[in-house]
Amino acid sequence: MVVAPPKTKTAKKEAQETSKYVGQSVKRREDPRLLTGRGTFVDDIKMPNMHHAAILRSPRPHARIISIDPSKALAHPGVTTVLTGAEVGDKSLPFPVGVVAPFKYYSAAVDKVRYVGEPVAVVVASDRYVAEDALDLIEVEYDPLPPVVKPEDALDPDAAILHEELGNNIGCHRELDYGDVDGAFAEADLILKERFVFPRYSSLPLETYAVISDHDATTGVVTVRSNFMGPFSMHAVTARALNIDENKLRFIVPSDIGGSFGIKSSIYPYIVLISLAAIKAGRPVKWIEDRQEHLLASSCQTDRVAYREVAVKNDGTLTGIKSKVIENVGAYLRAPEPACTFRPIGNFVGPYKVQNVRIDAYDVMTNKCPTGPNRGYGCQQIYFEQERMMDHIAEELDLDPIEVRRRNLIPAEEIPYTTPMGGIYDSGNYQKGMDLVVEMSQYEKLRQKQEEARKENRLFGIGIATGIDPSVSNMGYITVALPPEVRAKPGYLPKSGSAESATIQMNQRGKVSVSMNTTPQGQGHETVVSQIVADELGIRPEDVVVIDEFDTAKHGWFISSGTYASRFASVGTSAAVLAARKLKKKIIRLASALLLVSEDDLVIEGGTVVSKSDSEKSITVKRVAGTAHWNLELLPDDIEAGLQARAVFRFPSNVAPDSQDRVNSSNTYGFMAEICVVEVDRDSGEVKIIDWFSVHDAGTVINPMLMEGQIYGGALHGIGGALYEELSYDDEGQMLAGNFMQYVCPTSVEAPKLNIGHICSPSPLTPLGSKGAGESSTETAPAAVASAVADALRPLGININELPLNPKKVWTLIHEPQPENN
Amino acid sequence: MDNQYRSIKVTVNGEEYHRQVEPRRLLSDFLREDLDLSGTHVGCEHGICGACTVLFNGQTARSCLMFAIQADGAEITTVEGLAIDGQLHPLQQGFWENHGLQCGFCTPGFLISAYELLERKPNPTEEEVRIGLSGNMCRCTGYKQIVDSVLDAAEKMRS
Repeated sequence: MVVAPPKTKTAKKEAQETSKYVGQSVKRREDPRLLTGRGTFVDDIKMPNMHHAAILRSPRPHARIISIDPSKALAHPGVTTVLTGAEVGDKSLPFPVGVVAPFKYYSAAVDKVRYVGEPVAVVVASDRYVAEDALDLIEVEYDPLPPVVKPEDALDPDAAILHEELGNNIGCHRELDYGDVDGAFAEADLILKERFVFPRYSSLPLETYAVISDHDATTGVVTVRSNFMGPFSMHAVTARALNIDENKLRFIVPSDIGGSFGIKSSIYPYIVLISLAAIKAGRPVKWIEDRQEHLLASSCQTDRVAYREVAVKNDGTLTGIKSKVIENVGAYLRAPEPACTFRPIGNFVGPYKVQNVRIDAYDVMTNKCPTGPNRGYGCQQIYFEQERMMDHIAEELDLDPIEVRRRNLIPAEEIPYTTPMGGIYDSGNYQKGMDLVVEMSQYEKLRQKQEEARKENRLFGIGIATGIDPSVSNMGYITVALPPEVRAKPGYLPKSGSAESATIQMNQRGKVSVSMNTTPQGQGHETVVSQIVADELGIRPEDVVVIDEFDTAKHGWFISSGTYASRFASVGTSAAVLAARKLKKKIIRLASALLLVSEDDLVIEGGTVVSKSDSEKSITVKRVAGTAHWNLELLPDDIEAGLQARAVFRFPSNVAPDSQDRVNSSNTYGFMAEICVVEVDRDSGEVKIIDWFSVHDAGTVINPMLMEGQIYGGALHGIGGALYEELSYDDEGQMLAGNFMQYVCPTSVEAPKLNIGHICSPSPLTPLGSKGAGESSTETAPAAVASAVADALRPLGININELPLNPKKVWTLIHEPQPENN
Repeated sequence: MDNQYRSIKVTVNGEEYHRQVEPRRLLSDFLREDLDLSGTHVGCEHGICGACTVLFNGQTARSCLMFAIQADGAEITTVEGLAIDGQLHPLQQGFWENHGLQCGFCTPGFLISAYELLERKPNPTEEEVRIGLSGNMCRCTGYKQIVDSVLDAAEKMRS
């Protein structure tokens, strides 16, 4: 029953025998260049006459800028120019953002600093060392203001206000109501409540932000090379802030990005800042963020406090949820925030059948770094809360935690299933997934082991978590941040959908190249596209050249382009399939004209187009291609010369939110079920993961080896967040995790091995049946760890409602009495 | 400020380089910027992430924590020096076969650390590989496929 990903070597052999590549663990074509040090990352690019920027940053969480004097820096040998925050205020516009709150966010502090690390000035110099020397020569005088740090403090009427024009610290507030919540609670047999705290952490790519900006004063075009990874809706936001037309802002993204996990979508304020510096310097300017800058002032997910209340029947059926959420988006609510709150709106209930849901959501601003997309965006928080409540229900009703979840899973026969919030689960079999993880883990035996461990006074816990993995965001979901009456105004442009394109061409000798613009960050897109195109055209992957470099001036692209929200396996691959099919159709059409045989009668076999009814009639694909390029005389008038095809894939099921705030926020929805086994060391507070079982349904798997890599990487981000990683601040708003000694990431020693199982419910919405998988276990791992640690500590009467569960916190829970509200 | 340039002679991947450097120039910047060997990556500049690891007179060193002038007279191997005559080193081959890399940014450092590990311990256990690589951070892979890659390469290098 356990479907292990095939080993590379076997898979390769099979692939050669059957000539079918989708579903095989084809080795990555990206690897040889990366293994020999020949990749192209932004910092590897040098431009003629290029100078280097360093950024002066605020040491204070909240202060008014009294004065800033760059004169000594300007006089320093080697310094080209200095750009101050005041100039940023003059030369650029505030960033647009999809909420009604009227605060202003610029790429540097104009008159007030609002978080430690906020840019205050930029030095451009001939060399980075000199630029950094000159930072020390800029004199800034601050008038300190009281800070606001914690999410709930931001709502305190006596709290300091970050943006005076707003009158409070609330960037967005929505009350969403689905079904009959009051009815469900009135009829409940049991009502449970809990307060949850979810920490601020980041999937933290190893390559930091990198920007090279070049302004052509003769045309006004600003060309930016960066490791931005989409969504390209942020291109529009960047152009607006620079106050230039979008066609004069050219984004180029090289073939290699050193990881992102969502974090690099928030690089765009730095693109504006460095572009302003480049305009002022009159030459290309490069800025490479250092690690401390990244930890202080790039991006991360929100920290949040949530209150959850559930209505339950005596049989364990969950009938209603009330959720109050306070998301801390940091000093400025920065686009695409407040998407953290709304991205998972369609899948808020996970795989459970509950119909009645009320969400009271606040996005508050505090003196912390602004937030943005981070792998799992918004999902790990809701699944943490959801799954802890499932455990509470089990405990309260004396049911097994697996059984409680089973009783609430949406039955397979009801899929496609529409959630009360409007999400449409396209395919799945959640019972089957749960059965598989229980079988793999030998759950009953695990419970026996636990019993034995408890007899020996050991803290042994079994955690369970399930979740729905949403992929390919419907760009309209973010507009749920606006009240329906705003969305209903006559001048308002509704937003919906998600699209991607691929371009393919065959040269005169029949060889194929494909151009993608998916901004991969390590996911192996070039390899996957070669597999797909090889299958579609009946050729070998090695005969397909794939280029994946983004250039807004050269490619057809979309607001939704980029690789985020697990888009590629659903939408990018589908565009590649459609482009290959379009090319194939054109080859057949041209062959039909050349052979005088109807198109229906023609097939491509082994590089030859041949008539099904008369095998004498045939022409090689190479000759068709040669004709299309060299001998246009033979082409019918209605056939374009050459053999190029561009195809666009978009999902039909994406519409803008309705007046009831219902929206199908994503397109394909995968499933995961986790069982995590831990032992807690009573004396040190250390949580040791003993075993892990992880079941996934991502529809058709195109390359099992790559998917295994995604599951492992994703799970470790979730585990890191649950056990080690935290971008912590003190009560005064000072950042406490400014380097890798304080921001603790798991290494190979801490990383557990996973037992992975697969089920496959192909998506009916994509040509290959594939769904995204890149975020899956990132979303469920924190919940699974929390569930396991809570289970381990249950004999001590300890509850878990807060992460991370680092040794200090766990030790304190075990050894020190808890305050009332814990 | 002492920005007097100093002459140094460094052998990198078997080739001898003579350059003038500022005393404060980091070895990582020297390799990347002055010698155009951009395969060595910089991930933290405080010696934790290990992306910038090179072989310095046969031993691993963080090139972000050394000055170029400290390398005067030294022999250095970077990721560019592992493959010989276009033939991937067994470690590079192992990483390729076992999906030991995703974005590839940390990979040069892992390869160099694994190189030293296998020189010292040609037949490591899985636990020894995990401990041996614990000075290098990877944010993409969850490490499992990296460990598989090194064990696979070790086996091939022994036979």
